[in-house]
Amino acid sequence: MDLRELYQEVILDHGKNPRNHRFPEPYNREGRGYNPLCGDKITLRLQLDGDTISDIGFIGQGCAISQASCSTMTEALKGKTLAEVEALFGKFHAMVTTDADAANEDALGKLAVFAGVREFPMRVKCATLGWHTLQQALHDEAGEAKTE
Amino acid sequence: MASQVTTQAASSFDAERVRGDFPALHQEVHGQPLVYLDSAATTLKPQVVIDAVDEVYARDCANIHRAVHLLSQRATARFEGAREKVRAFLNARKTSEIVFTRGTTESINLVAQSFGRPRLGEGDEVLVTELEHHSNIVPWQLLCQQTGAKLVVVPITDRGEVLLEAFETKLSKRTKIVAFAHVSNALGTVLPASEIIAMAHASGAVTVLDGAQAVSHVEADMQALDCDFYAFSGHKLYGPTGIGVLYGKERLLEEMPPYQGGGDMIRSVTFEETIYNELPYKFEAGTPNIAGAIGLGAAVDYYSSFDLPAVHAYEADVLRYATDALQTVPGLRLIGTAPGKVSALSFLMDAAHPHDIGTIVDAEGVAVRTGHHCAQPVMEHFGVAATARASLGMYNTKADIDALVRALHKVQELFG
Repeated sequence: MDLRELYQEVILDHGKNPRNHRFPEPYNREGRGYNPLCGDKITLRLQLDGDTISDIGFIGQGCAISQASCSTMTEALKGKTLAEVEALFGKFHAMVTTDADAANEDALGKLAVFAGVREFPMRVKCATLGWHTLQQALHDEAGEAKTE
Repeated sequence: MASQVTTQAASSFDAERVRGDFPALHQEVHGQPLVYLDSAATTLKPQVVIDAVDEVYARDCANIHRAVHLLSQRATARFEGAREKVRAFLNARKTSEIVFTRGTTESINLVAQSFGRPRLGEGDEVLVTELEHHSNIVPWQLLCQQTGAKLVVVPITDRGEVLLEAFETKLSKRTKIVAFAHVSNALGTVLPASEIIAMAHASGAVTVLDGAQAVSHVEADMQALDCDFYAFSGHKLYGPTGIGVLYGKERLLEEMPPYQGGGDMIRSVTFEETIYNELPYKFEAGTPNIAGAIGLGAAVDYYSSFDLPAVHAYEADVLRYATDALQTVPGLRLIGTAPGKVSALSFLMDAAHPHDIGTIVDAEGVAVRTGHHCAQPVMEHFGVAATARASLGMYNTKADIDALVRALHKVQELFG
């Protein structure tokens, strides 16, 4: 088992120094995510102008995978429309759960470094915590985002 | 003098030979020999336990306490034989004081609902400690919601100890139940059980001990402790999952209504009136985990076949070695450093989150637990969301600790 498949340089870097690790001002959407299994907690805030995410950031604590995933996600989503966001979420989710080919999609760009997570079923929830929290923020679902 | 005794006792226990009894130890994970350091979650099972369970289904497969046919007689004899083995192991006075349950959790819920619920009300208090497992918190919270009683918490020190002075300040005439872990699952702290029980009794409270982490590491003598209730799980004593024990003093069990209704717990049933069965069957509604109980009996036999003070001394020696070895890892901090602690080593590393530690050492073949260990108030006390935890069984050796330390250096390499 090659751990470098999981812990790629990009993930180690973003895990240690997460980007957009701050709350944007102003913001008009918020989501809270919690993984009860490991205690990872994040709060995600974003500014939605029309159907475009003009700014996004998060504050939270957790493992390298969850922090790096939030970090790269916020980088990827700035300036994206809701339709583009949904498409990315679908591809990302498929990549870390089932579909090996999804990683090859150009659309995922830097996010493709999480393809290795698929080989570590216990860690999939770490990689998707930020994305589930995003869904909650965008769709205004009550309560915390669960990783189930 | 004491250390001399310890050394002699430790030398009479041969862990290398014991390892041969546990088939699960002899496998590779991720291409590495398995190093199992998660016995606080569940212990591995010796072949004699596996065989005992297997034999129930392969030969003595019958329901118990019912039929006159031979298979049922054999199954009943082995099931009740297991109860007697548990009685002897706990040094309880009578087998009627040994109730088979699904595990520690069910045992504690049984006491909360059957003993606590009819007795508690507004103004009463249930006293627990800050280091409890969720299974010794939530049943009491439910009870308090149902009865209007109040849950009161004895704080721990920053070493993870429960001090008698802290306990004494929370204990009052309002305290009706004192529930605490004999040994902490997250920290390994051994609580001063005899003293707490004596103080609780002097104040008129009933005592409930969560013995899940204790039975495989310290002596659990019901008559010496004089506790009122004691709960443990078979699977943390080298036995099967899904079987556990509630010990209760006969006088108290007699006074309590059944926990669940059904078959086997009755003497006679009409639509007008049901007369309950005698102890302990009053608390064992429905067909029990027959194979589990018999497997637990085999586990008790296996464990008791050793010189237990020697086993405990051996484990203490490995724990000391592990404590020293872990502290050589740069940036590693132990959580829970109570004097006289047993089995568990919770720790954090500057370089990596516990979850990442768990994945990386797993790749090296080393199984540790990561997370909050079902003890979130403990995590909160230490201001962390999670820890990594290595925990010992009788089959662990210093070589296992060396493997863990090597794996933790890999964490350093990757994240450092």
